[in-house]
Amino acid sequence: MRSLGVPANIPIWFFVGVLLTIYGALIGGHGVYAWVTHERSVVVLANLHAAVWWGGMILILGLVYCVKFFPGQQR
Amino acid sequence: MILPLSSGIASKLSLVAVLAPPPLRRQLAHLTPLDVAVIAIYFAMVLFIGFYLRQGSNTSEQFFLAGREMTAWIAGLSFVSANMGSLELMGWAGSAYQYGILATHWYWIGAIPAMLFLGLVMMPFYYVSKTHSVPGYLKLRFGESSRILAAFSFALEMILMSGVNMFSMAVVMKVVLGWDITFSILMSSLAVAVYVGLGGLRSAIYNEVLQFVLIWAGALLVPILGLVEAGGWHKMVARIASNYRGQDYVHLWRDTAHFNANPMGVHWTGIVFGLGFVISFGYWTTDFLVVQRVLAARNLRAAQMAPIIGSFFKMAVPFIVILPGLLGLVVLQNPDGTLLHLVGENHVSALHPHSFNEVLPLMMVRYLGPGLLGLGITALMAGFMSGMAGNVSAFATVWTYDIYQPLIRKRAPDSHYVAIGRWATVLGVVVSIGAAYLVMHAAGIMDYVQALFSFFIAPLLGAILLGMFWKRATSAGGFCGLLLGILSSVSLFAWVRMDPSGLSMVALSPDAKSMAENLYRALWSFLISIAVTVVVSMFTQPKPVAELDGLVYGVTKLPFQGPVPFYRNQWFWAVVVVILFAGLNILFW
Repeated sequence: MRSLGVPANIPIWFFVGVLLTIYGALIGGHGVYAWVTHERSVVVLANLHAAVWWGGMILILGLVYCVKFFPGQQR
Repeated sequence: MILPLSSGIASKLSLVAVLAPPPLRRQLAHLTPLDVAVIAIYFAMVLFIGFYLRQGSNTSEQFFLAGREMTAWIAGLSFVSANMGSLELMGWAGSAYQYGILATHWYWIGAIPAMLFLGLVMMPFYYVSKTHSVPGYLKLRFGESSRILAAFSFALEMILMSGVNMFSMAVVMKVVLGWDITFSILMSSLAVAVYVGLGGLRSAIYNEVLQFVLIWAGALLVPILGLVEAGGWHKMVARIASNYRGQDYVHLWRDTAHFNANPMGVHWTGIVFGLGFVISFGYWTTDFLVVQRVLAARNLRAAQMAPIIGSFFKMAVPFIVILPGLLGLVVLQNPDGTLLHLVGENHVSALHPHSFNEVLPLMMVRYLGPGLLGLGITALMAGFMSGMAGNVSAFATVWTYDIYQPLIRKRAPDSHYVAIGRWATVLGVVVSIGAAYLVMHAAGIMDYVQALFSFFIAPLLGAILLGMFWKRATSAGGFCGLLLGILSSVSLFAWVRMDPSGLSMVALSPDAKSMAENLYRALWSFLISIAVTVVVSMFTQPKPVAELDGLVYGVTKLPFQGPVPFYRNQWFWAVVVVILFAGLNILFW
């Protein structure tokens, strides 16, 4: 049986994982850079560094999906 | 503000009807290169998926029903995502700012019971009959004339809604980002045409799942940070009470015993029977836009589970839609630190530069820095595109199966119908673009497009419920009930437009407001549809019972699905949903 109900070789969840991984890396990476360099921010609650932890969570979730649903794994 | 009809496709209309980009407004947000990269990556991904899935969309079953191979999770998320456009996100966030938590009714009682009913009771008939569409079911049950009437009305509605959706997105992008309207329309419509035209329903579903994840990833941070800033739920409630004395923004049911006791001007009977039954059941169980996603499930159990899975997420949507609207009441400030008051679109001025509908973008701009803002904007665009793709893919199916095949070319090779479906997708997008520009140059038409949606769903619900649960219902009864139900809804609408005092009679109260009219008009047209179907059926010849197998409750042998562990059983999860639904309503009573 093919994985996740689609005949394609790449499950939808892998696409989800790839997109979240890219977004997490970009957003989290920029968040870390802004934190380290004390980049000026105009948003409220900038002291919470939401980009770092939100980007990090998205990155981790994306990586989990990439690994778990890597094409060819779900047989 | 024109209020949405239901937490569904009609609600997308609410925002654009009033969110014109007046010269007073300055754009709300400025994107950094990182934000632009986030948006560009999203577009690259959806186009890649369209090209990638082209290889698996060669037969009509694959193109129009995604090969009926979707799991319950994929069908369920797609089912919710196709309904969750970003105009809905923005429009309902604005409604929450204006009317408080009452707006949540459109997500809970206005969706959850109907979704459970679709999954547990109606899905077996749709699925077992192997129909390709809701009009297709009408053909099997009531004959060709009912199918054609439903197909034409649905196709017209889909194409206009798609155009409105497209224009709405362009207007929002103009207001939020300052983008040119034509650029936004062409960019989004081309992307949708490519990925739906190439990959069909499978591609639309794939992208809807992706869009669903993005909507949460992009929008969930706003209420989290908002609650942090407000000091938690209880402090937010206390500040709302302090800032807006005498107005109740945080109770779902307490003030609905009288039309004039709540800011929406609705009565609980209208919410329960008009919204919770007629509009909600009409939309969630008969609108092919959403039902098509469930028909793509790989077996009956998955088809039944899909709406139930979707209902969990639907119940959670107020967290990213209603809560930001409520938070906007306490955290949004003017540059001088005073409380920012959002106003209706007609009252936007230099003193009050922002309308209710801008509350969600304002909250995004408040909390989301570089990258995160791009993700939030991507979430809004993903919502627009999922709604548009839903309209276009449903249109292509109904056009091909319920209009082209019966009326133009009855017998042709399967590949011919797939080609027609692809061209119908392109045609649908082109006509939608035309509809978008029509709306742009004749804003008054919006009222009528919104009404168009409401004209059909309530009578259609009456016809389908009787067809599915009353074996005595006849073809003539179904057709007459559907037709007269539609005509009665149009008549009630026209009556109130020509004589506004008619509202008090339609909604049974002199205190009723426009929302009540929508709810009661749907209720009356549903009842008329039912009454006409019953009366005509009693005087006409029913089909032999043998011909109703697979179509009508009581004479259909449903396939044995085999035992499964309780955690895979749809009834178990439906009970969990009911408990959660009841608990939430009591909690926020």
